[in-house]
Amino acid sequence: MSEGVRIAIASGKGGTGKTTVAVNLAWSVHEPVQLLDCDVEEPNAHLFLRPEIQRSETVSIPVPEVDESRCDACGECSRLCAWHAIVSLKTRPLVFPDLCHGCGGCARICPLEAIREMDRPIGTVETGVSGPVNLVQGRLNIGAPMAPPLIRAVKARAHGSGLVIVDAPPGTSCPVIAAVRDCDFLVLVTEPTPFGLHDLVLAVDMVRELRIPFGVVINRAGMGDDRTAVFCRNQNIPILQEIPDDRRIAEAYARGRIVVEALPEYQSLFQQLLAALRAAAKKG
Amino acid sequence: MKIAITAAGATLDAPLDPRFGRAVNFILYDLDSGKFEVIDNLQNLEAAQGAGIQAAETVARAGADGLITGHCGPKAFRVLAAAGIPVYNTSVATVAQALEEYREGRLVPARSADVEGHWA
Repeated sequence: MSEGVRIAIASGKGGTGKTTVAVNLAWSVHEPVQLLDCDVEEPNAHLFLRPEIQRSETVSIPVPEVDESRCDACGECSRLCAWHAIVSLKTRPLVFPDLCHGCGGCARICPLEAIREMDRPIGTVETGVSGPVNLVQGRLNIGAPMAPPLIRAVKARAHGSGLVIVDAPPGTSCPVIAAVRDCDFLVLVTEPTPFGLHDLVLAVDMVRELRIPFGVVINRAGMGDDRTAVFCRNQNIPILQEIPDDRRIAEAYARGRIVVEALPEYQSLFQQLLAALRAAAKKG
Repeated sequence: MKIAITAAGATLDAPLDPRFGRAVNFILYDLDSGKFEVIDNLQNLEAAQGAGIQAAETVARAGADGLITGHCGPKAFRVLAAAGIPVYNTSVATVAQALEEYREGRLVPARSADVEGHWA
């Protein structure tokens, strides 16, 4: 593949098997492939890939620092900030760095140029290699609640060519949007349970709003009921693959093993999924 | 002099809401006239973060000279302190009871936040 193709693996509900799918897909490519672990609150692809980490870089966002000798407490910064990270009540502004999204608006709007921006570290981006897989992972600092800037830093290290697999965080909130935006195709991993279906419906709404072509992978197929399959059929959502509810997969996972290695009979399943994704991403 | 009380309803008989940032309403009670107004806190009830700060801004802009609530976290406390608004913690059941405590001088200003952020 000469042109870069980006495939995101996401899910509404957590714990449905995003990382299992992402890691096993990457391991099935058999040529250089990049895996971006964007689940920066708990990156876990490395537990299976066990890469040798070659680089570790600190990622910071700019947060305001107020020069009180210049400030006349006009409150412009406070009125601008949607996150209440800088607050002025006819007083010198108070800054709450952990709420700051690093947009820089306060520094720009300040008529007296009393605000300058200081770098506040929020996490690290690590790059490593495991066989044919180039892993880039973000690791958010403990207590830092601002995942999207770190996710963007992980994605900034994506190669322009070849296949790039993005392991997204669970849910439908800002970190997920940051992870899946700009991807060519998106896989929603779900499980055939009421919780899985409930969160799948939310995730489908999100992906449709983002206008990213997508399909569903049903993990632990056979454990629940057919409501997830019926939902996909009614919504014209392709079910790209079903991974059976096999206790041996859970055992391999629990030991930190890659399924296609521990259980070679699943190689063809992931090869089929990979082929389906490549075809779908090409069609766009 | 006006005092803000966190309330789960819109009358003086309403339960005192023990939360500050995510209180349902603030009752702004005028101690001189005995009149009060109700300020809703809808925008904060569903905020992911920064609810305490925004609630503190709301109370300060409304012109409160003091706040009676159940608990107050560190960020909200910092804003209220900067705005010069003393915080009184109480565990009574209703807004009216809290006002009674205040009038009888049984409430003392808190010296710091009494809970961590996101405590409830």
